[in-house]
Amino acid sequence: MENQNLSNNTSNKVIEVSKLTKRFENITAVDQICFTVNKDEIFGFLGPNGAGKTTTIRMLTGLLTPDSGDIFIDNIDIRRDSIKAKMKMGVIPEMGNIYADLTAKQNIILSGRFYGIPKRELGNKADSLLEQFELYDRKNDLVRKFSRGMKQRVNIASTIVHEPEILFLDEPTSGLDVQSQRMIKNIIKQMNQKGTTVFLTTHNIEEANQLCTRVAIINKGKIVVIDRPEILRRTFKTTQSVEISFDKSIDDTLIKKSDLVNRIERLGDKWKMYTDNPDKLVKYLSRFAEDKGLTIIAMEICRASLEDAFVKFTE
Amino acid sequence: MLIKYPNKQFFRGVMVTTEKNIRIYYTKAPVMIFGLLFPLFMFLSFYLGRGINLHFFFPGFLAMSLFFTASSVGPLITPWEKQAGTYERLLSFPVSINTIILGDIAAGMIFGIIINIIVIIISQVFLNYSIDIFILLTGILLASFCFSSLGVLLASPSVRAPSHIMMFSSLIRFPLIFISGIFIPLENLHGIARILTYLSPITYLVDIFNFSFKGESSISLIIDFAALFAFTVVFMYLSNRFHKRNLMKGL
Repeated sequence: MENQNLSNNTSNKVIEVSKLTKRFENITAVDQICFTVNKDEIFGFLGPNGAGKTTTIRMLTGLLTPDSGDIFIDNIDIRRDSIKAKMKMGVIPEMGNIYADLTAKQNIILSGRFYGIPKRELGNKADSLLEQFELYDRKNDLVRKFSRGMKQRVNIASTIVHEPEILFLDEPTSGLDVQSQRMIKNIIKQMNQKGTTVFLTTHNIEEANQLCTRVAIINKGKIVVIDRPEILRRTFKTTQSVEISFDKSIDDTLIKKSDLVNRIERLGDKWKMYTDNPDKLVKYLSRFAEDKGLTIIAMEICRASLEDAFVKFTE
Repeated sequence: MLIKYPNKQFFRGVMVTTEKNIRIYYTKAPVMIFGLLFPLFMFLSFYLGRGINLHFFFPGFLAMSLFFTASSVGPLITPWEKQAGTYERLLSFPVSINTIILGDIAAGMIFGIIINIIVIIISQVFLNYSIDIFILLTGILLASFCFSSLGVLLASPSVRAPSHIMMFSSLIRFPLIFISGIFIPLENLHGIARILTYLSPITYLVDIFNFSFKGESSISLIIDFAALFAFTVVFMYLSNRFHKRNLMKGL
């Protein structure tokens, strides 16, 4: 486990956060957090509601001033030179919308102009992005006529028009349809493959699991753990489980009697049994079904998920 | 992408913010109502049926018009952007709060200048003044900057809806009109009434316009310009402070 001690290669770090703290009146929203994000990583920042994710991302992107601590974006101190640091970033804030009174293309061009992209190049880039995001046919329509998913696609296109070195995304797929979610995840992966470092906050643990090279879990303003998703999943052996479904309903007390079962949950017509030893439990359940005259409809060994780890870390 | 010329980046940010404001906010209903219809109705209600000498009162009406138009855009932008969820996105661009404030001021200023140049051209056909064009244009430039700064300052409180700010801004703007010597010439005001007129920046513009159109001045052009400049500096300073303080409120 890496924890907060991240003494990696210095030149490879594009985000360095040290003892970052932010208070709102009596509440410490972010409490002395430290972490680094390496070049080309997709770094997930997970936490329950109110854990401090948005406050952290707002400080990293220069929107909020920390009470104490340091933030370096590609070796630039954001408190000293926020404009220079912002030039390297693309930011999609959680509550950040695009301009509903402008067209899709106008929104992208407006964004590009803030970064000083020449006019002709900007027009071509905007068209290319609109094609990539399957919005070219609607490029001259006002954004207010768009669905939420389409707006978010324009939002992301506007954010990456200057090809940022670091992309900050705060809940980018929240509340979107499946197609838009997939498209946005693919764009994130493509951007990352081209060398963009991605800092992603999300509630969606599965999304973090699919996308992130490393994740940090924050709870009550403190970072609880930082590591690769696969390692976090293996942290809690007791979260391995066996899911089983029988042809008849059974009394769960019969299964609970086994020492192999740590905990049992009913999931619709299935049972989910948490165990330290899935192999023995599967054998036990087979015998149990035979003894009771039950037919096993489905049985599956489930490894601990990142969601299980997340729940454990934020309990 | 590195910044080679930080000042260039600052001015580019101001220009892009201004252009964005012009595209989006000039046609919004509150700007039309508070910027165009209000001064027109104020003029009509004062002028119609009262046998007033328009040639005498026109400089005052023009000052009122410039005040309303230039200060109508600023109060709308920040509350509108916060409500629409675009403000946080705007802040994430390579801009500072000063860039945004100057972009908002420039948008109000340009609106005020354009509308009032049109008013001057049309009125000149009927009233045929012998205008001191240099003093007039300098006065318009400085005063529109000053009034637009006031408009941006009025947008700084954190509120849930733009309509709250428009009401609040009316509470500030209307009294400034009434104490500014538009409806009653400065020479006819004495005592506290006269002192109160000095608290309104519009008073100094009325005096500049009186000089430009009629060659008469009740105060002094140097004091007029100095006072407008001082008001502008105060409004900008307060805008910076309050906008910074309320930056993340209401997001």
